[in-house]
Amino acid sequence: MADDLLAVERLLVRYGPIVAVREVSLRVEQGEIVALLGANGAGKSSFLNAVAGLVPVASGRVRFRGEEIQQLAPERIVKRGLSLTPEGRRVFPRLSVADNLRLGAVPQADRAAAKAAHERVLELFPILRERSDQVAGTLSGGQQQMLAIGRSLMANPRLLLLDEPSLGLAPILVDQIFELLARLREQGTTILLVEQNVHRALELADRAYVLAGGAIEREGPAAEIRASAEIEGAYLGIGIS
Amino acid sequence: MIPLADLAQEAIQQAINALALGSTYALLALGLAMVFSILGLVNFAHGELVTVAAYTMYLLNLEDVPFAAQVPAAIAAAAVAAVLMERIAFRPLRGASFLTLLFASFALAVIIQNIFLAAISPRQKGVRLPDLFNEAITVGGYTIGWLQIITTATCAVALLVLTTFLRRSTQGLGMLAAAQDFQVTRLMGIPANRVIATAFAISGVLAGIAAIFVLARRGTVEPTMGFNPVLKAFIASVIGGLGSLTGAVVGGFVLAAIEVGLDASLPDDVLGFRDAFALAVVIAILYFRPEGLLGRPSEAR
Repeated sequence: MADDLLAVERLLVRYGPIVAVREVSLRVEQGEIVALLGANGAGKSSFLNAVAGLVPVASGRVRFRGEEIQQLAPERIVKRGLSLTPEGRRVFPRLSVADNLRLGAVPQADRAAAKAAHERVLELFPILRERSDQVAGTLSGGQQQMLAIGRSLMANPRLLLLDEPSLGLAPILVDQIFELLARLREQGTTILLVEQNVHRALELADRAYVLAGGAIEREGPAAEIRASAEIEGAYLGIGIS
Repeated sequence: MIPLADLAQEAIQQAINALALGSTYALLALGLAMVFSILGLVNFAHGELVTVAAYTMYLLNLEDVPFAAQVPAAIAAAAVAAVLMERIAFRPLRGASFLTLLFASFALAVIIQNIFLAAISPRQKGVRLPDLFNEAITVGGYTIGWLQIITTATCAVALLVLTTFLRRSTQGLGMLAAAQDFQVTRLMGIPANRVIATAFAISGVLAGIAAIFVLARRGTVEPTMGFNPVLKAFIASVIGGLGSLTGAVVGGFVLAAIEVGLDASLPDDVLGFRDAFALAVVIAILYFRPEGLLGRPSEAR
């Protein structure tokens, strides 16, 4: 489709003889939140990592803003406006919060835009302003997750890929993360979200894809996926409990 | 019975000696640690960067190029050699195992040694250095060689410049970040190749600076002259904690203090085994601190 921000066609990812993602096609339109769901080992992270350029694409096409990016290095892809917040936060533990954010702004060539992004991140996460000089490794898990997302937002991405942002967080922090994602949508950020918290993800998302064994098992509007999951109970290990 | 005041004076004199020796070790160890922290590669061809810089000075000496011009040329030669090493030898092996990289660096060291052996001479060649390097001044009863003063001061400036670069510039922060999480550094839009090339260039500059002092101490060049420096650098960075930049500097000074201390205290008839005693002390340190003095047990995510 012409107005797709991201259009992935028959993406194949393999690690040696093991196929992690089997010819998955997926699209994300401008302004949408799309959820990518599935059990552990379904290939969700491999899919995101391949789109962001961290793992090689064996075959298939990834078009972002109309251009093919499946051959590009991750450092080139992020400069085109696609940011990945990887699973497990992965802040730079021995750098300060301020320095983590500063590195997040590297893809942003325009200084004024970088400054505006910085203001926006500090407004979204006031705690990061307070902890500016603190070494990132000493932040709590929730604060590290906010820093990781904030660091991605420093690049002013057109598309944000989020890998398990609520993983391992206390329920109150999970609420905060999902409130944040809703705010980001209001501000016009398009999001492709991988989540194990299926219920919350489907509440928030416009559309969803369900991966199983590396292939798309089901796709559709989030409400439909939710209804079918409720009917079928523990659906593909992503049942709503 | 030696008076206490004399003992104190002796200790201070030895500390001055250790400071200068430690400065050279620190520069060498820091270059090794810089590359290791980012690539996980112990570059045993690091010593050959010292050789390249020293032979550059030797060749320029033959042409009567003034010393002030030899120094920047030698440092530049080591930096270029380091970048070429990465480009030619290590880049094709990107992602290979630790052992593959280790053997590759050994092979590279031997190849470079043989190039010097074939192209110049297997024998030692004298290099004329400024007379100042052999002179000393006496301050309050302490004899301090100009070479010691210059070595220590140069090391201090080099560490200050490098620290400022790493802590203040975005490029430098990218280097520190790459040592902590290389993949995520790429997600920040920082090119992998540039980070790695910069790490090698820095290691080359540091080895080039150290080479001047290594050369000044020994007065000659020979194809295998890089072995001792890389060995000391490796031991120093292991003492400090392999991969820790601060640790490499600390390890350099600790190793120098051990060596100078043993030089001063061992009886003459066992002085020939000084390195064996020094390594025994290193083993003792590692027994109590297996990760090195400033090493981190394992990276917490």
